Amino acid sequence: MTEAVNVARTLQPSGQVARRQRFSRASTWMFGAATSIGVIVLVFLAIDTILTGGSRLSWDFMTSYPSRFAERAGLRSSIFGWAWVLGLTVAMVIPVGIATAVWIEEFAPRGRLLSVVKLNIANLAGVPSIIYGVLGLVIFSRAFGLGSSILAGAFTLALMILPMTVVAAQEAISQVPSSLRDGSLALGASRWQTVWHHVLPTASPGIATGVILAISRAAGETAALIMIGAFAFIAFDNTSPLDDFTTVPIQIYNWTIRPQEAFRQNASAAIIVLMVAVMTFNLFAAVVRERFRHN
Amino acid sequence: MARPFESLIIASLWASAMVSIVTTVLIIVVLSRETITFFQDVSFAEFFLSTEWQPLLKPVSFGVWELVAGTLNVVLWSLLIALPIGLMSAIFLSEYAHPRTRQVLKPLLEALAGVPTVVYAYFALTFITQDVLQPLLGTNIQFFNSLGASIVMAVMILPTIASISEDAMSSVPRELREAAYGLGATRFEVATRVVFPAALSGIIASILLAISRVVGETMIVAVAAGSTPNLTLSPLESIQTMTGYMLQVGIGDAARGTVEYKSLFAVGAMLAMMTLTFNVFGQVLVRRFREVYS
Repeated sequence: MTEAVNVARTLQPSGQVARRQRFSRASTWMFGAATSIGVIVLVFLAIDTILTGGSRLSWDFMTSYPSRFAERAGLRSSIFGWAWVLGLTVAMVIPVGIATAVWIEEFAPRGRLLSVVKLNIANLAGVPSIIYGVLGLVIFSRAFGLGSSILAGAFTLALMILPMTVVAAQEAISQVPSSLRDGSLALGASRWQTVWHHVLPTASPGIATGVILAISRAAGETAALIMIGAFAFIAFDNTSPLDDFTTVPIQIYNWTIRPQEAFRQNASAAIIVLMVAVMTFNLFAAVVRERFRHN
Repeated sequence: MARPFESLIIASLWASAMVSIVTTVLIIVVLSRETITFFQDVSFAEFFLSTEWQPLLKPVSFGVWELVAGTLNVVLWSLLIALPIGLMSAIFLSEYAHPRTRQVLKPLLEALAGVPTVVYAYFALTFITQDVLQPLLGTNIQFFNSLGASIVMAVMILPTIASISEDAMSSVPRELREAAYGLGATRFEVATRVVFPAALSGIIASILLAISRVVGETMIVAVAAGSTPNLTLSPLESIQTMTGYMLQVGIGDAARGTVEYKSLFAVGAMLAMMTLTFNVFGQVLVRRFREVYS
């Protein structure tokens, strides 16, 4: 009995070793606390937004035009503009993005051009959005004469999210097993038939995930659109892609920089709308990806 | 076996791939064309040697360092906050957390990267500055200040640092850890003295990519950091960054041909070069750690 206790006692670390172990155990809490800071901030921001803006959120708020009176102002024209510009952006970025990825993964001859294209896309992904705004201003607004229209905004956003879309589509396509291609080719299908009937359908959930995340990024973009001049007072429903427009993030910016407290409430309420939209996109992307993984 | 339809399709795929090349060419052309005309009005010496950026009030002066200092100010303070927290998060997720905990925490942390920057801008100005910093620091801090923007910017880049560093640490081979444990090292010692140095290139990559994001971020600094070009690294003062200035010109609708309009492109060119540098080095390092351990 006493012998067992003695053995246990000698196995207990002491001195230097015990100190190091205690320190290591304490570090678990330190590192854990640091990790939770990010999550806490996220939760805190959500609560603050809901408390400030929740009461302002109403059907009237969603369906009123902007106004210089905070309590009458609403998101109507910015939701219309948002839907237009995002819809057109998606219509542009899906064909070009997927086609680029297909070319890179399936058709491009291995060589100089391919590595230039790949390197170029990686670098474009890191270009700040305001630079895309400057590009849009000079090329689409001025040179194409599109002004600060929905079409100019959509072109600008499409170029901005193109690299993201291509990278995501490339990854999805490269994960399609080559046995699928071989089987199709062996049965006499051409390369394009193989891609169109087998590779793309198999890769489509992965591509969809990437496209949705890219749209979510475009949905929150502000700086690039302001650069092309989309910072106007819009009090009508957009009916044509050549209309001037505003979007929800631009409206948030507009309300944030006003000094009155009532506009801060409006900004908070609009942030709730924006975050719900962005989170829906992300959730949707996650669902598609999970489905894909199980198959 | 001629397939005209097929060749047409492949040609259009190629054309789509060229869109991104054309985009790059256009960015370079657009920025450099107006930048060249800018330097016909303003001398190189003034741009790079003068320490005053005053494009609107006479006498006008275009010393870019005040704007660069504004950007560096925000980079400095946001990194000072985000770096320790981000790296500790990465160590926790990679070395301490149960796989299931990590599965929950990592996406939550990455959600911070999906928050639109205009939302962060709102919080920087209203919540951080008005509700926290001003009551805390009183008149020591200006209404528009670099600290509010930097704190929020730190939150924004936290996932960049934590996620990429965590990837780098997770790809350090298990044998290295087990050897250290076998020699009696504690978990803390394994994490900080074995895994951390082994993952260093990935960690540096994450920092470079985070810096590039801070340098290019516009809305947070435009809303919360002010619009006063200021050659200072003090976090308490109102400043203006390169991106903040560009947005200001964008909103101001400067007439074409004016020096103010052209200065947008000169500053833009400088911004593009800075972010490109950080990104290229970051990508090179990411590729290196992937090669070493795969």
